[in-house]
Amino acid sequence: MLCQECQQRPATLHFTKIINGEKNEFHICEQCAREKGEMIPGTSGGFSIHNLLSGFLDFDMAGKTHTGGTPQAQQLHCEECGMTYAQFRKIGRFGCSSCYKYFDDKIDPLLKRVHGGTVHVGKVPKRGGADLQFQREIDALKQELQERIEKQEFETAAQLRDRIRDLELQRSQR
Amino acid sequence: MSEFAFTEHALSTWMRGEGQDSDIVISSRVRIARNLRSLPFPLVASEEQAGQVRELVIEAAEQAKEDLGPMQSVPLDELSEIDRQVLVEKRLVSPMLANESQEAAVVLSEDESLSIMVNEEDHIRIQCLYPGFQVRQAWERATAVDDSLEAYIDYAFDDRRGYLTSCPTNVGTGLRASVMIHMPALVMTHQIGRILSAVSQVGLTVRGIYGEGSEAQGNLFQISNQITLGQSEKEIVDNLEGIVVQIIEYERQARSRLVGESKIRLYDRVMRSYGILTHAAIIDGKEAAQRLSDVRLGVDLGWIDGLPTTLLNELTILTQPHFLQKTFGATMNTSEKDMYRAQLIRDRLVKSKE
Repeated sequence: MLCQECQQRPATLHFTKIINGEKNEFHICEQCAREKGEMIPGTSGGFSIHNLLSGFLDFDMAGKTHTGGTPQAQQLHCEECGMTYAQFRKIGRFGCSSCYKYFDDKIDPLLKRVHGGTVHVGKVPKRGGADLQFQREIDALKQELQERIEKQEFETAAQLRDRIRDLELQRSQR
Repeated sequence: MSEFAFTEHALSTWMRGEGQDSDIVISSRVRIARNLRSLPFPLVASEEQAGQVRELVIEAAEQAKEDLGPMQSVPLDELSEIDRQVLVEKRLVSPMLANESQEAAVVLSEDESLSIMVNEEDHIRIQCLYPGFQVRQAWERATAVDDSLEAYIDYAFDDRRGYLTSCPTNVGTGLRASVMIHMPALVMTHQIGRILSAVSQVGLTVRGIYGEGSEAQGNLFQISNQITLGQSEKEIVDNLEGIVVQIIEYERQARSRLVGESKIRLYDRVMRSYGILTHAAIIDGKEAAQRLSDVRLGVDLGWIDGLPTTLLNELTILTQPHFLQKTFGATMNTSEKDMYRAQLIRDRLVKSKE
């Protein structure tokens, strides 16, 4: 079979594309595939973890909207390094730390699928991370306070309440 | 002689130590990924920006030297191609740093148990390698190094996402903890497949000894955590430790069952391999790895005397293609490498018996 694009070389790639429920079969040669920018697993550099990741992102898009990538999503980009969301989807890696901010509401499903969670609970830098440390301690105390109140242990609860006030005061004075 | 110490010996000083359960766990490794807040990740950084990163990180390591101890900074572009690959074969840098990174550098501690890679996929990758089963110790060292560097570097950190990394698979803790395990008995008894699939179901992953995409050689497997976000560093290390303790136990059971049920066959296999390694004139890398695995098992079972396991660790690295070239100082084709490899193994094994 000849390549349906150039009609010259033999077609070596055969695949089915399903876009918006419409099925299309392709029989093309590798060169035309590359020129058309088709992403084909197993060719040109192999199938990497990053292709897999971008697969996740495509999947999420397909679930939400009827057109694979909306024009809006294509234009979304990081104002710091200029990486577009479309690029990120393709290579599966961020360009700079600000990408996380600009693509924030898009990446939850991806993170959930890769890690199970979306929120960091580990180490915090000593500098610049102090606020978060306060917040974590306050949150933990508040939860304990709630439990004590439910158990009607009001004396301990009062101590906890004071401790929380102290911490909040300390934080605001920083 | 090279001005860089790492090319002199195959065995990093850290590998001479033994560590816990070192008959089964060869080494433990922890790496943490960090990035500078103000500069784009290496993937999109210009050469100039990458150069800035390199300068800043090397400078920070210099300033932190009281905590870090004596370190040597090695810009990779000042090395020959062979020396770069030697760094990879000694597992001091990743293949990506050696082959694909611009303005790459590595900062090495004297005993080579600590290496800080600069401009890999992330700006900074702190790696600690310890002999035997010492993931916790490796993590404690790595996090201390992280603290020391942080005093001089503004890290990219977000309250919700944690340490920000180029690849979303590393975000959060940026921590990848791994152990290299020698599991010949589980392979021989065909239990390895079951173990490996069980491992992948608890959020861990298995790779060959040179990391992502590399094949398992000589029954050596690298097991590491997959998840970096939503678990604390302690949970990650605990989880890995807990699973590895069980795998060690399975491997020990499989070994004693093999010895119980087919001792003479196992003995034959070990001694054949020992015979081949001490007499062969040509051996390829794959066979060498397999035979060395058999001999290691023989040493563990007390069948081969006077052969330190550190020598076997050393041979695993010495027989890698680029290290061979480094040792014999010649460019060689594959069949010449196979000859030199056989010669080197023979010499070392015979010498150790004298």
